[in-house]
Amino acid sequence: MLSFIQNMGRTALNFLSALGRITLFSVVAIRWIFTPPYYWQQFFRQTLDIGYYSLPVVGLTTLFSGMVLALQSYTGFARFSAEDTVATVVVLSVTRELGPVLAGLMVAGRIGASMAAEIGTMRVTDQIDALDTLSTRPMQYLVAPRLLAGTLCLPFLVLIGDIIGVFGGYIVGVFRLGFNPAIYLSRTLEYLEISDVTLGLIKAAVFGFLIALMGCYHGYHSGRGAEGVGRATTNAVVSASILILISNYLVTALFFGV
Amino acid sequence: MPATAKIELQGVAKSFGDNAVLKDINLQVAAGESLVVIGTSGCGKSVTLKCLNGLITPDRGSIKIDGVEILGGGRAALEDLRRRFGMTFQFGALFDSLPIWENVTFRLRQQQKLSKAKARDIAAATVTDLGLAPHVIDQYPAELSGGMQKRVALARAIADKPEILLFDEPTSGLDPITGGVIDRLIIDAVQRLGATTVTISHDMASVRRIADKVAMVHNGVILWCGDVKQMDNSGVAEVHQFVHGLAEGPLTQTAASKQDGQG
Repeated sequence: MLSFIQNMGRTALNFLSALGRITLFSVVAIRWIFTPPYYWQQFFRQTLDIGYYSLPVVGLTTLFSGMVLALQSYTGFARFSAEDTVATVVVLSVTRELGPVLAGLMVAGRIGASMAAEIGTMRVTDQIDALDTLSTRPMQYLVAPRLLAGTLCLPFLVLIGDIIGVFGGYIVGVFRLGFNPAIYLSRTLEYLEISDVTLGLIKAAVFGFLIALMGCYHGYHSGRGAEGVGRATTNAVVSASILILISNYLVTALFFGV
Repeated sequence: MPATAKIELQGVAKSFGDNAVLKDINLQVAAGESLVVIGTSGCGKSVTLKCLNGLITPDRGSIKIDGVEILGGGRAALEDLRRRFGMTFQFGALFDSLPIWENVTFRLRQQQKLSKAKARDIAAATVTDLGLAPHVIDQYPAELSGGMQKRVALARAIADKPEILLFDEPTSGLDPITGGVIDRLIIDAVQRLGATTVTISHDMASVRRIADKVAMVHNGVILWCGDVKQMDNSGVAEVHQFVHGLAEGPLTQTAASKQDGQG
């Protein structure tokens, strides 16, 4: 019994300690975002990687999610003769929930892993120490541009993903379920409010920050050797995915009713 | 020994958890002198080197450069100090994502806002001095051999003409001929710059070529320090065993007793 309590206590302390380290890491990184010199080349490279090269993955994910959503909601709503709400359900689900969460999870897998692996490899091959010896702060050069790029790029990615997802619903609605195209479009826009889209974009910014933070944090503190980098990569993806789901609820609850 | 040494370490100690890697390191390096630190693997040579430019902060002791204490001066003072240092790492530590010209002129570009053309010219001149073809500057580190990477790392370390150069095993992993070439390049570069150097090496042929003075670290202290010419007649059994690469001797017994202690 005593050892069980000890283990619980140790786990709780480890969790709080990790939380403290991550919070400190993010505070320092945010400070460097606003402190010159600014490493624009690093920022643009990350923007390209996160924003542009993630577009196919996010586009495909939201396209098929929109298509499936149209089919499933039609199946359900047909049972109480509410088929004409399919377009509304698709657009609200995609913009408020599916777009940001699915894009976030896909980007967490792609970018979170890549950041952790790149920075982790730099750690184990002394490249981060080399930055220090060359009078460059690693947090400012490596972490700050990634956090900024992640926070700014994901909303744009999600906005494009939203459009593609709604388009996926439109394709199924019109070509498979036989909706009139004009009516489907008007139903799509009829109940959509700006706040639906902005809520999704706020979520996306939060997710982008968390993905970059987890990628950088686990890479920066990577253990030695290939095993250490591998573990850092896995931890980055898992922790980013969990944080996305937790923060998704928190942001939704914060803006509930808005 | 001059009145004020270029580099002076007094009572430097560093532990990682329960492992006291450095217990009491005392060293002096005169301006323009080339000190090589030798010792068995894991004895704390690299930790000593990293303490010198603030990559690792000692638990206690004093490190002075030109008579000025560098410990406890804060981040800004440390960054100012690092501008006077050039360092190469055991495995090069070149930035994978940058071409060679950006690697070589990395610090110059950060500090002097050089134009791309000017930076490329400086990189080409620096790598050419080290025996590489100028077109190498457009390649990436992964496209170069180990020997070429060592030369590029050396080019990066000397590009902005530092006063103090730190080399962490500059010839490790190289064949003897390439190792000899790297040593020659280090000697030439150091003479050209008039720099003070601290090198870590296991390669005794290299030690004899580049060292003015040799210090042996063992059990967290400087076991012996003297002129390279006296190395063979140090009168210290551990130094004799290490220098001649003997399988039997006090270093082997120490390693065995440590293993027993851990077991």
